[in-house]
Amino acid sequence: MNRITALFLEKKTQNLNIYFTAGFPKINDTKLVLKSLQEGGADLVEIGMPYSDPVADGETIQQANQVALDNGMTVKLLFEQLAGIREEGITVPILLMGYVNPVLQFGVEAFCQKCQEVGVDGLILPDMPASVYEEEYKAIFDKYGILNIFLITPQTSESRIRHIDEISHGFIYMVSSASTTGAKSGISDVQEEYFERVNAMNLTNPRLIGFGISDNETFKKASSHSAGAIIGSAFIKMLSTSTDLDGDTKAFVKMVKGQ
Amino acid sequence: MIAPEIYNVNEKGYYGQFGGAFIPEMLYPNVEELRVSYLSIMAEPSFKEEFEALLKDYVGRPTPLFLAKRLSEKYNTTIYLKREDLCHTGAHKVNNTIGQILMAKRLGKHKIVAETGAGQHGVATATVCALMGLECIVYMGEIDIQRQAPNVARMKMLGAKVVPATSGSKTLKDATNEAMRHWINNPVDTHYIIGSVVGPHPYPDMVARFQSVISEEIKWQLKEKTGKTNPDYVIACVGGGSNAAGAFYHFLHDEETKLIAAEAAGHGISSGLSAATTFLGKPGVLHGSRSILMQTEDGQVVEPHSISAGLDYPGIGPMHAHLFESKRATFFDVTDDEAIESAMELSLLEGIIPALESSHALAVLPKLGAKPDEVVVINLSGRGDKDLETYQKYIK
Repeated sequence: MNRITALFLEKKTQNLNIYFTAGFPKINDTKLVLKSLQEGGADLVEIGMPYSDPVADGETIQQANQVALDNGMTVKLLFEQLAGIREEGITVPILLMGYVNPVLQFGVEAFCQKCQEVGVDGLILPDMPASVYEEEYKAIFDKYGILNIFLITPQTSESRIRHIDEISHGFIYMVSSASTTGAKSGISDVQEEYFERVNAMNLTNPRLIGFGISDNETFKKASSHSAGAIIGSAFIKMLSTSTDLDGDTKAFVKMVKGQ
Repeated sequence: MIAPEIYNVNEKGYYGQFGGAFIPEMLYPNVEELRVSYLSIMAEPSFKEEFEALLKDYVGRPTPLFLAKRLSEKYNTTIYLKREDLCHTGAHKVNNTIGQILMAKRLGKHKIVAETGAGQHGVATATVCALMGLECIVYMGEIDIQRQAPNVARMKMLGAKVVPATSGSKTLKDATNEAMRHWINNPVDTHYIIGSVVGPHPYPDMVARFQSVISEEIKWQLKEKTGKTNPDYVIACVGGGSNAAGAFYHFLHDEETKLIAAEAAGHGISSGLSAATTFLGKPGVLHGSRSILMQTEDGQVVEPHSISAGLDYPGIGPMHAHLFESKRATFFDVTDDEAIESAMELSLLEGIIPALESSHALAVLPKLGAKPDEVVVINLSGRGDKDLETYQKYIK
């Protein structure tokens, strides 16, 4: 069974998904950060594939993307770095997050095949529209057992949320506010109303809340309305100043989880 | 029998394999709202009336179609210049911003965001925002802010806030990224006025329609002057491609008119410093649509180079990608030096100082091979006042 699906069957709440950029801060840090996140207690890990034009991302993740690209990071290299991780004891569900163009250039089928080979469970491609996924790529994703994770926002209409729920497997990425990543912090009453409005829809898929989550307080608050939360920019900020990636990463996860 | 090629957008937002709406979910409601309503709004009599009145009395349309006698003599053919440089604000860009500001008002938006390269679209946007009393933010690459200082001053004088884009190559591509991010962060009250035939559907089609007044006028003006509506050639420069889309629009299905696109080759297509997308790019997704773009093997967008800020863009609109692929249009690569030479030539022969962008279209003339009995229309998309600092270095 897909590791993401298995996780949510087992664990319904307080799931922590942490994002980091592949090849950041140094090109060979990808596996180290991944391993430290698992050992620290992250429930899912989202590995960012750096891109030259990340329009959905704010400054922090843009800069991490640029540093990784300057380090020489590529999609091909990422798959090389991830080769063998499942044999080496990495059991945490892994998502790759990125933009659609590098995936198209790699070839969608070749990309999904590589994901299956190295043990990637799902993809988040914010600029791939649901309609294109359904018409052109769903069959390929299914063939290799890769889940595609869709986003919803406070502006997404009820009928579209229902449609996204129908075509989703694993979980739905619930963007907490209308923004790019890392632009806003904290969770307001208005956002909590939106979380509850979606909860009341009784969707098939669990939701993870992302954008604006950075610490134990916001993690707990988000988790009280969903199956858990996603942290990106706050973790990247920590990584960019860390002198002990392994120790600091584990400490970060424990801080967020309140352990 | 093979069905005739369709060059307009289809109902799904595609031109052949190019187009679509590759946008993050955060932008979906805005783009969807526009997609559902743009054609019906444009068809409203009150919209048409207001749009046409502003084009006439504010922009100064119709712009002249001018027989360039000395230029014609030099190239031994008949050359007409479509004088978009005489539009209010100095370029064709204002045709689109007038249309889009009226669209924004009907959608109930009261703030405007835009990107700009050379600053012409930024000025045209700031202008219509002043005219309509809407708040205006323009993103402009830090490098372009330096090389197009007069236009920055104009935008500020017109009340717009100019925000430097400091990421990536600090030019048009990055200004577009920043404008899209701004829209993501302000989805409810803001309309994004894209300046070219790029972006997610319906932008390429909407902008092409607003600019199509250019070819509509060329047809009747040419008929008045020569007795026939269709020239042998229409030449326009292509960065994103809005002036070319406007100049080609009503000729798309008149195959006796050859469509010629001039791309900025920078230092030359093999130099590594170029913006000639169809020569150097391949299919990919940028700024919300599938088109042709300059990219690495890994799918990272390559930073382009052109002396002309308005053509310094690593992609082209999806309509042009389709015109290229279907061979309906012929693409020429024009270097920085060739463009400068043509700017000097037009200035001396016709007393018209063209924009650097438009100079790329003029620079096709020596390579075109037009015959003496043929008629060539060149879209002179903008005037050169903003480029004087660059031109000064070349005046002999």
